[in-house]
Amino acid sequence: MKFYDEMFADEAVPHEAYERYYKWYAAQNSKSLQKKMREAEAVFRRTGITFNVYGKKDAEERLIPFDIIPRIIAADEWDELTKGIEQRVEALNLFLHDIYHEQNVIKDGILPANLVANNEAFLQKMIGVKPPGGIYTHIVGVDLVRTAKNEFYVLEDNARTPSGVSYMLENRETMLKMFPDVFAENRVRRVSDYPHILRKSLSSCAPDACTGKPTLAVLTPGIHNSAYFEHAFLADQMGAELVEGHDLKIENGRVCMRTTRGYDPIDVIYRRVDDEYLDPLNFNPDSMLGVPGIFDIYRSGGITIANAPGAGIADDKAIYSYMPDIVKYYTGKEALLKNVETWRCSEPDSLTYVLDNLHDLVVKEVHGSGGYGMLIGPAASKKELADFRAKLIDNPAKYIAQPTLALSTTPVFVKSGLSPRHVDLRPYVLVGANGVNITPGGLTRVAMEKGSLVVNSSQGGGTKDTWVLEA
Amino acid sequence: MLGKTAGSLFWMFRYLERSKNLARLIDAAFRITLTQSQSANSEWASVIATTGAQQRYEAAHDEDYESGKVIDFLLRDSDNPSSVISVMKSARNNARASRTALTRDVWEAVNESWIMLSDILKAPIEKKNLPDVLGLIRRQSTQVQGALHGTMLRNDIYDFARLGTFVERADNTARILDVKYYILLPAVTDVGSPLDNQQWETILRSVSAEQSYRWHHRDEITPKGIAHFLILDKCLPQSLVFSVSELVSTLGYLDREYDQTSDASVLASGFLADLKSTTVEDIFETGLHEFIAKFLSKNGDLAAQIERDFKFVA
Repeated sequence: MKFYDEMFADEAVPHEAYERYYKWYAAQNSKSLQKKMREAEAVFRRTGITFNVYGKKDAEERLIPFDIIPRIIAADEWDELTKGIEQRVEALNLFLHDIYHEQNVIKDGILPANLVANNEAFLQKMIGVKPPGGIYTHIVGVDLVRTAKNEFYVLEDNARTPSGVSYMLENRETMLKMFPDVFAENRVRRVSDYPHILRKSLSSCAPDACTGKPTLAVLTPGIHNSAYFEHAFLADQMGAELVEGHDLKIENGRVCMRTTRGYDPIDVIYRRVDDEYLDPLNFNPDSMLGVPGIFDIYRSGGITIANAPGAGIADDKAIYSYMPDIVKYYTGKEALLKNVETWRCSEPDSLTYVLDNLHDLVVKEVHGSGGYGMLIGPAASKKELADFRAKLIDNPAKYIAQPTLALSTTPVFVKSGLSPRHVDLRPYVLVGANGVNITPGGLTRVAMEKGSLVVNSSQGGGTKDTWVLEA
Repeated sequence: MLGKTAGSLFWMFRYLERSKNLARLIDAAFRITLTQSQSANSEWASVIATTGAQQRYEAAHDEDYESGKVIDFLLRDSDNPSSVISVMKSARNNARASRTALTRDVWEAVNESWIMLSDILKAPIEKKNLPDVLGLIRRQSTQVQGALHGTMLRNDIYDFARLGTFVERADNTARILDVKYYILLPAVTDVGSPLDNQQWETILRSVSAEQSYRWHHRDEITPKGIAHFLILDKCLPQSLVFSVSELVSTLGYLDREYDQTSDASVLASGFLADLKSTTVEDIFETGLHEFIAKFLSKNGDLAAQIERDFKFVA
């Protein structure tokens, strides 16, 4: 398979966006770059930009590998891309409103009813609820892959709690510290105002009960959560309190946090806790992470929860395959961003096709995430294929399948110089009552193993600073 | 500010103070065992008693207070909650939990301390390296304090950090005195044998006050002098009266900021007044051990009152 390389058009001939960078790179001494690479690791470790790996006691905190070669996107490429992202995010919010109200998308035959009714991600209790500001998914991560210059595909939508934005911000900080000179030569669009925009965006959705300047809080499951660093980072950067369930209680129809001077109401809660654990009275009764009764306060307009409970139905992998139709249905225009062709194994014809072509396909669990429980056909052994075949036949509705895409590569820095690795891109989109904001760039995840197509950090993937150049 | 965050700050600084004091305590004992090898075991036993880990130690090692075992227990044993490694881990966990209240400088100082110490303490420490390692532990704690002084706003966040520091310091100084009181006791009028002299010096060394003592009292190392110095000297930052004064003034800053008079503030003022009206003669008359026991219990009550007043827990 031939892969599109984002840096090089030909050997040692960079694409236009990389020209200045490559000139700079070529003038560097490899030893000093290697030193920078080690320095970067020390910076990340000292800053505490780590994530916890579940089920590994001794390696409790790990660093996500960071690569010092930036991924560069040209201004025109980015501008084109953002149109598609904006359209998609708009559709996601309209879809969520519809699905929890009239359900016209089902009545008009765009989406099969059973796909929603029997879906774990569909939250019955959200039916008829009007979220403050009218927004359901405030913070969206749209995972993209690229196959050619202007060929981007949406791999999946993250409409619940997309993580990783702290890496986007810290990667840039680290690059600025290590290579100030290269930024002087390249005009790179800023990402550092993300926390500020997040604050404004969330504030624009404050509930009616809010008087004055909204009080924001980030709800974290606690210091043992894999993304705790990010929760603390975001709370710190946007001037919000970092709360856990046991810091909160309901008082006078508001959600209040225990401060050193008593209980104070919160207006907007950016929760990094799953729906299920949000409220033991309304959802999982065993949850120790949530706040008993918070959902009732939400329904009565006492608090904004971002993202809204039940937003997960929009990024469900079974719904994903209908996204082109959903986008068209709500925006009246063809989807600008492409979906990856998807076979729903619940459909007999598709299942037959998938079983016949298993060695060429990527098979994923409908409700899985983080790269767990997936099969990459071309890289799988005979035994793995046979095992997966049995799983598919046993419970076809649990899976979807997609072709193996020719993911683009960008080089990473290795001892011998530059070496291509596959990448994806997660731009971060903020949606408020005040509009949509897309941070230029996003998080580039990179497979650190040569030839590997898996970029997930839980599977050893790394990250890169992502540049969008000024026009 | 969240009550939980205040609690995490308070405990973060308690643990940082504890690790520094632990390093001093080990350092002082180590010195004595180098020159007085026959009394090494009893010296180490008294250090273990000071940290309140006697039961746990003897459960693991019976009454074998061999230097290597004790040092390893005090520095590296993660099953010992008062070991340096456990204390630093707790300090860092509390720093993580109060991350949103700390400047980047403070957070990085404590995180770097943890990274450095957990790396060094991976393997047993050889005796020849012990002084270096202990020095490092103390310096790391000092570095965090420096970052606190240099970069933090003087508001309630700073106050909770200071409260933790001084509650812990008062506790640690008192415990060191308590374990050593039998040396001070019989000799209020004695000149003291050379051994005793060295023991007394150890007490001073355990709280890094040997220099200050000399500046203050020249060469007259007397039990009374030491007891007065560590309990009642207003200028010595390690003394009980100094720590309690700091607690009183810090609680006063909080009262002003919160426009209230907290119960803890009232309690602390009474605590300080009692202390100030005491003389070293009174203390020796009632018994140093009794005095210290009472002090520790009052200090513990004050810490609990602070926790309640500022809603550290629900």
